[in-house]
Amino acid sequence: MSEDIQAGLAEILEEVAGVTPADATPEKSFTEDLDVDSLSMVEIATAVEDKFGVAIPDDELGNIKTVGDAISYIQKNQG
Amino acid sequence: MSSHDDVVVTGLGATTPLGGDVASTWDALLAGRSGVRRLTDDWVQQFPAQLAATLATDPAEQIDRVRARRLDRSQQVAVIAAEEAWTASGAADAGVAPERIAVVFGTGIGGAMTLLGQDDVLEAKGPKRVSPFTIPMLMPNGPAAAVGLAVGARGGVHAPVSACASGAEAIRWGLDLLRLDRADVVLVGGAEAVVHPLPMAGFAAMRAMSTRNDEPERASRPFDKGRDGFVLGEGAAALVLERADSARARGATLHARLAGAGATADGYDLVAPHPEGEGAARAIGAALRDAGLSPADVGHVNAHATSTPVGDTAEASAIRSAVGEHTLVSATKSQTGHLLGAAGALESVFTVLALRDQVVPATANLDDPDDDAAVQALDIVRREPRKATLTAAVNDSFGFGGHNLALVFTTL
Repeated sequence: MSEDIQAGLAEILEEVAGVTPADATPEKSFTEDLDVDSLSMVEIATAVEDKFGVAIPDDELGNIKTVGDAISYIQKNQG
Repeated sequence: MSSHDDVVVTGLGATTPLGGDVASTWDALLAGRSGVRRLTDDWVQQFPAQLAATLATDPAEQIDRVRARRLDRSQQVAVIAAEEAWTASGAADAGVAPERIAVVFGTGIGGAMTLLGQDDVLEAKGPKRVSPFTIPMLMPNGPAAAVGLAVGARGGVHAPVSACASGAEAIRWGLDLLRLDRADVVLVGGAEAVVHPLPMAGFAAMRAMSTRNDEPERASRPFDKGRDGFVLGEGAAALVLERADSARARGATLHARLAGAGATADGYDLVAPHPEGEGAARAIGAALRDAGLSPADVGHVNAHATSTPVGDTAEASAIRSAVGEHTLVSATKSQTGHLLGAAGALESVFTVLALRDQVVPATANLDDPDDDAAVQALDIVRREPRKATLTAAVNDSFGFGGHNLALVFTTL
């Protein structure tokens, strides 16, 4: 389950920010490690909603610092 | 000569309808090739004017995908041209402090492709689907900002907007920045990419565009009796400017001197040029005085000449009165189309190369020169490029709004 989400998230990160899929591991920080800026985070949130059916409100988006945070959020709010 | 510091050109860059860089563009120009084609998109079928001079090289081949998706097409071409000029100049390795590097990059229209594309998204899918990069991609300082970021310029990034004179305006600003010692190296240029239904429809509604749809390569014909409007082009061009003493000290290649600039406004009409080119002639005169030259020194004029019925004759009058009948005139838009806010930069690149190679490009499609007295009096080079001994050359650029720019380049 979380592996599927990680793989889906990795696809999004590659498309939006050019992140190599192997680098999109749970401990990675979007800004510190993957060089994803705040505007790209907005694009990622939109893509997450399309792919997983999970909307990330703006006030939640600020709390998502790592790939692992995103995976947990999607898992918690899916279905 | 004038008392200003000498300013020289140490790098050139371009991506145009004739080629993906300066060398291929210049070769194609001298070979007489045309960058104009008939568009085949569905939307264009009901348009009166169906021609455009689109890029010879797709920006996707020259710029990384992830980087490209955050840049409007006008920013992509700006960065491609600017990086070519920057690399060629060697300025990056010269140890210039970023705080002493400035950028001046103009555009006529800016990120219209993004503006219109995102408006389509808004209409179809609603506001939450509009890209977070919409504003930085559509803002008219976008090309300048993208170029500034690309070369790490921290000495100021500026974006003059004066319609089709924007590229030339940027070069003039660059000259001023160096003369005022506001920077040590200035990367200047212009960018435009608006081959899209709305700008095409707008220009067509002004009856400004050629409708010679069946003969794309013959449609842009400045000074010719059969001209019926301009052909929209896209692309960018860039130049690196520096003071001559520091450029020489670092061993840079000096292509030409940017000896002077003049800018005036017609104060006559929002779009129509003054019929006798009064403001244009004043701009040329001001540029020559700024350069400390006399009209007799000018061996070549790269004319703005867009192939519109009124514009070309007004400019011919201006060249005749401000320079004289001895000068060799070229209208390179006959092959490149009209790159709007990039035109002045591209034609300055051509002017520099004409001085470097001592050759004046031909004006394509000038089969039957207009009966206008000034057109008849001028020596407009046609059929073949002409070898000439050149020491000074002028590039004219004019824009809707009555903006007139003239730049004077000289050999070293």
